[in-house]
Amino acid sequence: MANSIKVLNDKCVGCGQCAGACPFGAISMVERPEHPKKFKLVVIDLNKCTYCGTCFQTCKFNSIEIKKDAPQAGVDKSEYKGVWVYAEQRHGEIAGVVYELLNEGKRLSKQLGTTLSAVLIGDNIKSKVQDLISRGADKVYVCDDPVFIEFQDDTYTSILTQLIKKEKPEIILMGATNIGRSFASRVAARIHTGLTADCTSLEIDLGTRNLQQTRPAFGGNIMATILTTGHRPQMCTVRHKVFKEAKVEEGQKGEIVDYKIDVATLVNRTKFLGFIEDESSSVNIGDADIIVAGGRGLGKSEGFKLLKDLAELLGGAVGASRAAVDSEWIPYSHQIGQTGKTVAPKVYIACGISGQIQHTVGMNSSDIIIAINKDASCPMMQTATYALEGDLYEIIPNIIREIKSIRCN
Amino acid sequence: MNIIVCIKQVPNTTNVQIDHETGRLKRDGLESIINPFDEYAIEEGVRIKERVGGKVTVITMGPPQAEAVLREAIAKGADEGVLLSDRAFGGADTLATSYALSTAVRFLGKFDIVICGKQASDGDTAQVGPGIAEMLDIPHVAYVKKVESVDDKTIKVERMMEDGYDLIESSLPVLLTVVKEINNPRVASLKGKMVAKKAVIKVLDAAAIGADVKKTGLNGSPTQVMKIFTPPQRTGGEKFTGEPNKVAVALVKRLSDLSLI
Repeated sequence: MANSIKVLNDKCVGCGQCAGACPFGAISMVERPEHPKKFKLVVIDLNKCTYCGTCFQTCKFNSIEIKKDAPQAGVDKSEYKGVWVYAEQRHGEIAGVVYELLNEGKRLSKQLGTTLSAVLIGDNIKSKVQDLISRGADKVYVCDDPVFIEFQDDTYTSILTQLIKKEKPEIILMGATNIGRSFASRVAARIHTGLTADCTSLEIDLGTRNLQQTRPAFGGNIMATILTTGHRPQMCTVRHKVFKEAKVEEGQKGEIVDYKIDVATLVNRTKFLGFIEDESSSVNIGDADIIVAGGRGLGKSEGFKLLKDLAELLGGAVGASRAAVDSEWIPYSHQIGQTGKTVAPKVYIACGISGQIQHTVGMNSSDIIIAINKDASCPMMQTATYALEGDLYEIIPNIIREIKSIRCN
Repeated sequence: MNIIVCIKQVPNTTNVQIDHETGRLKRDGLESIINPFDEYAIEEGVRIKERVGGKVTVITMGPPQAEAVLREAIAKGADEGVLLSDRAFGGADTLATSYALSTAVRFLGKFDIVICGKQASDGDTAQVGPGIAEMLDIPHVAYVKKVESVDDKTIKVERMMEDGYDLIESSLPVLLTVVKEINNPRVASLKGKMVAKKAVIKVLDAAAIGADVKKTGLNGSPTQVMKIFTPPQRTGGEKFTGEPNKVAVALVKRLSDLSLI
């Protein structure tokens, strides 16, 4: 049997709600030959339809019928227990996102009545184990060997899939970093399970123990909740700063499993030749609590000097929209948005940024958004917590002076 | 050298409008384009061909209309276009997509380098490239910002990381996913456009490439969409207008009240 979807034309009133709701643009409305002026007919383009069921949920007249194949029989899910966090490290340092995943992982593991484990892969990294335990890990699997000194997809995938096959966790959370996105994709493909990228919310359905993974789709205009129903483990990646960091609790105890590594079993077709540090990316906008960002409205590269002054005064970092980067006013490492970085600082100051979706998806979970713009009608000004209308070259120097004068008093 | 470039047709969302009543994308008249990241993949494939000789084949999976993006790639220097089109491919998640594309790559014969854009602008997952590599049982390097050297057996590339870049050497065949720093894609020449117009696009269905339809499309997807909804919209806050000085003072007062300064 194949999946099918059809419109029951005797029930359909041609209201068009489904066409507006379809996230894939698969539904169009055409005129009915028998009622040229009256009702319109719903036509579903099966090449675009993913059988997601949004139209079915939207239709008030029960005029859409969807038949889906039962999901492929996957694995015996009852064998899979426990929540894992991949404790990504680079050059011996644990990635910030790992502490956030431990916090979220702890919450999920409590709901499921199971344990939280961290998986640490690297060379000479045992000193980091206690750090993971004090942040909530009940158990830490350590894969410590000189072969893991640098991240390589081949060796890391070999070891993690070995561990997954042996221990059978039901959920694995990984950071959506450059390493995590590449690594998780390869692991999920090897063990043949579902992987959901860039989740912004995770919930458990206790009946099925399914993880409800919500992520932005189509540039953040629509949210989709994704399930991996028939396969285990359920894997997902989460960007830095989406969840709150786990607090350190001294005196926590946890189990340490020193996983025995047989180097001969590791596939290795790539060679690590070296690392070249990028000096200009010393300001990591992903970690900043305050970001001062500039866009096309700056008009010239000198504008970033002003933004930098304000950022330094506030102890923050400088960000930019794609328009500013494309104009070569500032390097790409500062770009925020769909094709740049995602940030969620306490305060985001958008200077001369109109607020195109491509930019806002990278910053709209900031706590406070301040917009400075001449055009009060642009989307950024419409949605900002504080919208300052006027010339940024007049307003920002005044802000700088005012902050300095407050601090002097 | 046989170079395969996998591309995706995506809605052009650069100037997309939002319907403020429903909070959804206005899809009317939304044209389809080559996924912006795939432009760099096509260009890099053509550059490698120009450097060491060989052939560039572009593959896409999608509805019959997706043929247009293959012609565009040919206009920009690719030699052949292959369209995977079958209802059985519909509704695929990243794993089922990786399966279909890897099956097609294998079907086409000997290959040395497979190139993908780092991610698609509509899904943003960055999962399909590494997934294809895994199913082809070849190594991959993601986020490649430069191909330093390439010969019959090995390739040396720079992999972009958050703090700089790693220099990686891999044996061939290999799959690379590329970032925008890697090159400046060329504009199609008039001659290229003529070639593209006349090019014969190979259209293959699941049976033609020998794909197991239990592993393609919705049936082969371990993930399912449970629901789709509109996120709560941020509503506007306080507006400040007037003299720059007064505006600045008012803002700084708010921030210091919140102990942010």
